Amino acid sequence: MHPVRKQRLIIVLFVVVFSSVAVGLVAYALRENINLFYPPAKIVAGEAPVDKRIRAGGCVLPGQVKRAGDSLDVSFVITDGAANVTVNYSGILPDLFAEGEAVVVNGSVDGDGVFQATEVLAKHDETYTPPEVAEAMQNTGEHQKTCEGMKYGS
Amino acid sequence: MGWQWFHRLGSPRWFYEKSSAWIPWLAVLSIALLLWGSVWGLAFAPTDFKQGNSYRIIYIHVPAAFLSLAGYYVMAISGAIGLIWKMKLADMVMKSAAVIGAVLTFVSLVTGAVWGKPTWGTWWVWDARITSMLVLFFLYLGVIALQEAYQQQDTANKASAILALVGMVNIPIIYKSVDWWYTLHQPATIKFTSESTIHPSMLYPLLVMVIAFYLFYALALLLRTRSEILYRERKTRWVQELAEAGKGSH
Repeated sequence: MHPVRKQRLIIVLFVVVFSSVAVGLVAYALRENINLFYPPAKIVAGEAPVDKRIRAGGCVLPGQVKRAGDSLDVSFVITDGAANVTVNYSGILPDLFAEGEAVVVNGSVDGDGVFQATEVLAKHDETYTPPEVAEAMQNTGEHQKTCEGMKYGS
Repeated sequence: MGWQWFHRLGSPRWFYEKSSAWIPWLAVLSIALLLWGSVWGLAFAPTDFKQGNSYRIIYIHVPAAFLSLAGYYVMAISGAIGLIWKMKLADMVMKSAAVIGAVLTFVSLVTGAVWGKPTWGTWWVWDARITSMLVLFFLYLGVIALQEAYQQQDTANKASAILALVGMVNIPIIYKSVDWWYTLHQPATIKFTSESTIHPSMLYPLLVMVIAFYLFYALALLLRTRSEILYRERKTRWVQELAEAGKGSH
């Protein structure tokens, strides 16, 4: 290769490597802040700020969804397998909200460690299944991929 | 031997004349596959048991997102070739790829938002995947803006090639964002190392659409590059002769 071109090639490689390292270091320094939500384990361990707007994410514990009869108030428990957090919410839940499915909630943790949510988002997983196939799978009590292998016992 | 084709690419005229034969093939193939894939995906593929019909947006969203990432490599690598070998054609490809990439990124952001509203319950969320896609959109816009920002075409090429190369780090971040951080966006469905988590009856039309988008991308890039060749070479004799011949036949 011509020496001038070789030199330019080295400069180009240098630009790519150098900018990648710089961005990599920034992403590493901000790694906690890039996460969209806190898992219940971190909230229970006290690593999440109290009374500040944060997001929490986890799987809805089956059998723990309690709806008020006369209002839109709902309370449910989210889990990541390691810890559970109770969530209170008042409003309309997204269509894909269901027991054993993943959610991301927006709100704050109060002094009692209960999450007061102002917004509930359903987290969809990466699987796509036709209804007939899903019906066959349903009998085995399968839940969505994110919540797969989750132990719901205390 | 071997390198001759690469040096020939240095001549925009040679490329212009060679590539005119590829257009009908690419056009027929990509439009046929686009029609086949979208009719199959939108009308004949089964519904998803949880999302119903709304999942069908993947037949546009996923291929558009794939190509917006692959297209960035096309843009950055041709920018690098332009910097190192001073190849005119590479600079023209870079500029054309920026416009097409920006459109594809916009399409995947908008289709994602349209799907997110009924599925997640929100149009937009600042998670790692979606934010890094927005950064990709701005990088494309930055390259387009830099192309127009200089009087000297040479300076413009250099500046936008460097921006394209610096921004290349964003592509692996977009790919891996769903694995590295907690995001609302789901991880990849189509996997190359293990079984894909999509039923084959839904996967095959998606693969047709992905191939169709690749071909359509090649076609769009070729057409834009050809018009860029004519514009930048407008003062040369071969383009003026081409224009004269065009006038005569009409």
